[in-house]
Amino acid sequence: MRDLRADGLMKAKVFIGSAAGFAGDRSDAGVPVVEALAAHSGPRFLMYETLAERTLALCQLERRKDPARGYSPALDRLLTPVLKQCLAAGIRIVGNFGAANPPMAARRIAEIARSLGLPAPRIAIVEGDDLSGRLSASELARRETGGKILAQVHDIISANLYLGAQPIAHALDQDADIVVTGRVADSALALGPLLHAFHWRADDWDRLAAGTLAGHLLECGAQVTGGYFADPGYKDVPGLAEVGYPIAEIASDGDIVITKPSGSGGVIDRLTVIEQLLYEIHDPAAYLAPDVVLDLTDVEVSEIGKDRVRVTGACGKPAPEMLKATVCVEGGLLGEAEISYAGINAAARAALAAEVIRERMRRRAPGLLIRVDAIGAVSVLGNSSVAPDLRASESEDIRLRFSAQSADVAQIEMLLDEVEALYCAGPAGGAGVRRRATPRLASAACLVERRYAEPRVTLFGASG
Amino acid sequence: MKHTVRLHEIANARSGDKGDRLNIALICRDPAHYAAVATQVTAERVAAAFAARKPTRVVRFDLPKLAAFNFVLDDVLEGGVNASLGLDGHGKSLSFLLLDLAIDIAPGEPQSARAGQKQSV
Repeated sequence: MRDLRADGLMKAKVFIGSAAGFAGDRSDAGVPVVEALAAHSGPRFLMYETLAERTLALCQLERRKDPARGYSPALDRLLTPVLKQCLAAGIRIVGNFGAANPPMAARRIAEIARSLGLPAPRIAIVEGDDLSGRLSASELARRETGGKILAQVHDIISANLYLGAQPIAHALDQDADIVVTGRVADSALALGPLLHAFHWRADDWDRLAAGTLAGHLLECGAQVTGGYFADPGYKDVPGLAEVGYPIAEIASDGDIVITKPSGSGGVIDRLTVIEQLLYEIHDPAAYLAPDVVLDLTDVEVSEIGKDRVRVTGACGKPAPEMLKATVCVEGGLLGEAEISYAGINAAARAALAAEVIRERMRRRAPGLLIRVDAIGAVSVLGNSSVAPDLRASESEDIRLRFSAQSADVAQIEMLLDEVEALYCAGPAGGAGVRRRATPRLASAACLVERRYAEPRVTLFGASG
Repeated sequence: MKHTVRLHEIANARSGDKGDRLNIALICRDPAHYAAVATQVTAERVAAAFAARKPTRVVRFDLPKLAAFNFVLDDVLEGGVNASLGLDGHGKSLSFLLLDLAIDIAPGEPQSARAGQKQSV
């Protein structure tokens, strides 16, 4: 087993690239990152974050239908373009695309490698995040924070706690080329490789904090390199269509430099880095991760070259006693139907249409909360679940959107039918009805005792 | 003579969500504006700007080393992305509601800070 300490390379850097910040991310994003990593030497890793809160629940439902599935549906799309070069260049891959079924994700990766004519990669599987069958609905309800979603439910779709970086490090210690996890803290996808490469102690809080910060900066892909940033005339980003995904260079003392592949689009400067630094943060002095509490208060960000930003000053405090878990339950059906009113007097006709729907639904489905948006006049910034006031609107291009949620399919269908009926029975000129009903998941956050985390690492094919 | 501009002229913002809680990071493009923002863009004023969403709590965290602030608004996302009936259950667009606030810029302070004008740090 090679490691930096054995090689006497304590000052060497670890390179971690990010190829996806969510399951819907670009499948070609990883290619330039891998090319850039291949040009470096030393420990290099490519990370994939693909598990939004509800993604894992959807995967759990898939797994119930077919025990061979339940891993991230993005796996094939994201891995296929880079697998060959990663294996050839010794770039090791860490991803949470195992979702609800990491062993089957490992099997699928082995299949992809075989179909590409590649030698069999060494794939490690990290499990132990799944709480289903271990904590009942009522036991989870007692641990729910900031809500009462679980109090009324009996059936849990998915319950997963957030594992930390240690099992990922252990998997890499076993010379895995690819590490597949289920639910882990997003930042652990970077901290794991750093623990492996630098042998940071589990109570070396400041370094664990720096590694967590590096992971936090990388976990959303292009959100640190000019993606989700551009505001023309104020915040211009060159080459956004081919924005480069980030690479962090991390030193053993926790010094972080954020870069991207040369020649790629996007920009890395003080402002792009700070926007991502504070993304989804609450108290900047206490960003809770499974391995450490990260304090961002003294972090400094400095531009040290073109598209090179140095980030220092992360402080760590001892890891929290409890671990976060996300629990998903059935959330009924979301019904949405839209219709357009355009041209002269459009706002008055749209307002009348909204009134007609309200009046009919009030009688036929009393108590059903219906939201009305007037896209083109007032929608995303509008008040919640209140019909938009269109009296003063001069918009001549309005798309009305009606939405409701219910466990009662008939009620949702009724709303969608009523909107469609506006075609013949509503105000003049109603056009372009689109309707859909989507199953919904509700999610709750719980705090769970550490003893429920049972991280285990296995090598694909090793245990038979 | 003071000059009034919208925050959008001098600052960047990004929203993030966790459940029904929204955070908006507000970052001065030019750190010279930090004091003016600190004085004028208070948690109370932000709570008032988001009053239609009935926040139960608004906290501002100050990050002077980054010339930035983090606003945390509780219970403003209609239950969050998995429960909201709205089109933006994440609250991603709400950063631009914050940037709509007016701010007085004193003489000697830059009156705008577009990307090309920002100080290098």
